[in-house]
Parts: sequence; structure tokens; C-alpha cells
Amino acid sequence: MIERAKATGEAGRETLEGSASLAVIARILGGDSQLFHELIRPLERAVYVTLFMLLRNESDAEDAAQEAFIKAYRNLRSFRGEARFSTWVLSIARNEGLAWLRKRSTRPEEPLEPVLDEAAGDYTPALLTDWREVPLEALEREQLGVCLRRAVLGLPTIYREVVQLRDIEELDVQETAQVLGITAGAVKVRLHRARIMLQKQLAPVLKDYVPSTQPTWRRVFGRRG
Amino acid sequence: MRIDCRHVWEHISAYIDGDVDALLRAEIDRHLEHCEICSAVMDSTRNMVILLADDRVFEIPAGFSERLHLRLDTVLAQE
Repeated sequence: MIERAKATGEAGRETLEGSASLAVIARILGGDSQLFHELIRPLERAVYVTLFMLLRNESDAEDAAQEAFIKAYRNLRSFRGEARFSTWVLSIARNEGLAWLRKRSTRPEEPLEPVLDEAAGDYTPALLTDWREVPLEALEREQLGVCLRRAVLGLPTIYREVVQLRDIEELDVQETAQVLGITAGAVKVRLHRARIMLQKQLAPVLKDYVPSTQPTWRRVFGRRG
Repeated sequence: MRIDCRHVWEHISAYIDGDVDALLRAEIDRHLEHCEICSAVMDSTRNMVILLADDRVFEIPAGFSERLHLRLDTVLAQE
């Protein structure tokens, strides 16, 4: 099992989530508005990547991220603490991104991608007879990052979003479901299909990034279980 | 219960997330012990998930944070 620890900023989660974030929000609403900077600092990356996944353009994602944080500030009073603050902010960011997509879809050269077809597709993985682990150090090679980014960005939107929240930001299933406004079951189905699609595309490519001296996956991690 | 390759593929994601019950996990483990293909599929999928979680794959643009907080300062000063 893969341990999930990053979420939307571990330090931020420890200090600002839950009742702590409510206390900070109360101080902001009470007039200490500069605290908003600290409240959102752990969420900057997650909000930006959420918007980049939807808009697939750095400049638009940055502008939309700024708008999302401003909307979060202006609507802070409506945050009741039913969800994590990070989940609430990511929902605002996603809505902002969808609004940008709708604006774009009015331009004929940029049609809105269909996002509803969940049934079609081939969800068979790439069948390999051997696999040697690609170590994290290989990410220092720019080309590997390019391959991973291209594969994720090439997924249909509904799968791209779920990969971003679960595998890139490492939110749990429930938080992912809340941000996307879908059931936990739908998150699992989409994530499964997305991972298979990515494996099928990436596995043959990733094999090229295995150092010749790299031990096999099993020697590093032991047998599954 | 004995499971085949296709059955294993249906549960790859849940297996990686530790979201399968003990009985199914044991069946999958038994299958993986002798099936090289499923073993490689499972390992490659898990490796890919680990790589994707690295912050180097999707980075925020240089100066993003500074520009964001400058913009927020303007908004906070007005409201």
C-alpha cells in the first residue's frame, strides 16, 4: 500500500486545518486580514495545479488561481468548517477553472472538451513481462517529467482531475469526492481507469529511465503485502 | 476462489491503495507469486503513482507565490 502523506501541505494541514483553521479564519474576519496570507500558503501549489489541470495553460492557471484565492477571501464568512478548509478552497478553485473553460468554449477555436463519457474506453494495462523500478532520482532528468506531464495532461478531464487530486496532491477519496462533487465510488472508478490509461501509455516509455545498476522493484520494496 | 489476470487488473488501483479486503488481497498476492505479467503490471502502476506524487513533476511557475500575495495585498487593502 502506498502511504499518503503530502495532501495539501503537511505542515499546513497540521497547523491550519480543522479547529485551528477556524480559529485563524475567525481572527481574519475579526479584522486581522493579513493572516489570510498564512492561511492559504500551504494551498498555493494545490490550487495552481488544480487549475493547470483544467486549463492546461500556465498563464491562465496562474490568473485563475489568483481569482480563486480572492473569491475564497471574499467568501470566508461562508466557510462553516463542515469540510476541511483545503477542500473548500480547492472546490472554489475548480469552479473558477470550470468558469474559465466555459468562457473559452465560446471561442470556436477552443471547444469545451466533452467530460461526461465515463463508460467508453479500453482499460487494459500494458502487459509487460518484467519491470524495473524507475527511481525518484530519475525525475532530475527533465525528459521524464515531460513524459509524465504529457501523459496526465492527455487524459480526458474527468480522469485528469481525479489523478491530480488523488495521486498528485494525495487527497483521500472522501476529500477528492467533495472537491469534484461526486461519490467516493465514482472517484475510485475514475482513478482506476485513469491509472490504467497512464500505465498503458507510460510503462513502455518509463523503462528507458531505469539506470543500468538499479535494483529491481522487489529488491527495494520486498514482496507485496 | 481462484482469480485470473483480468480479475487482477480490475483491482490494481484498489490493491495499490490498500482498498481490497483480506481475502481478495490474499488471492491477488497468490496470483502475483506466479504471474510475471501481472506482477510487472502491478509494479509499474505503483511506480508510476509514486513518481506522479513528486513535486518536481508539476511545479508552480517561478514567482507565482510573490505575484499572488502582491495581488492579495491589493485586495486586502481595499476591503
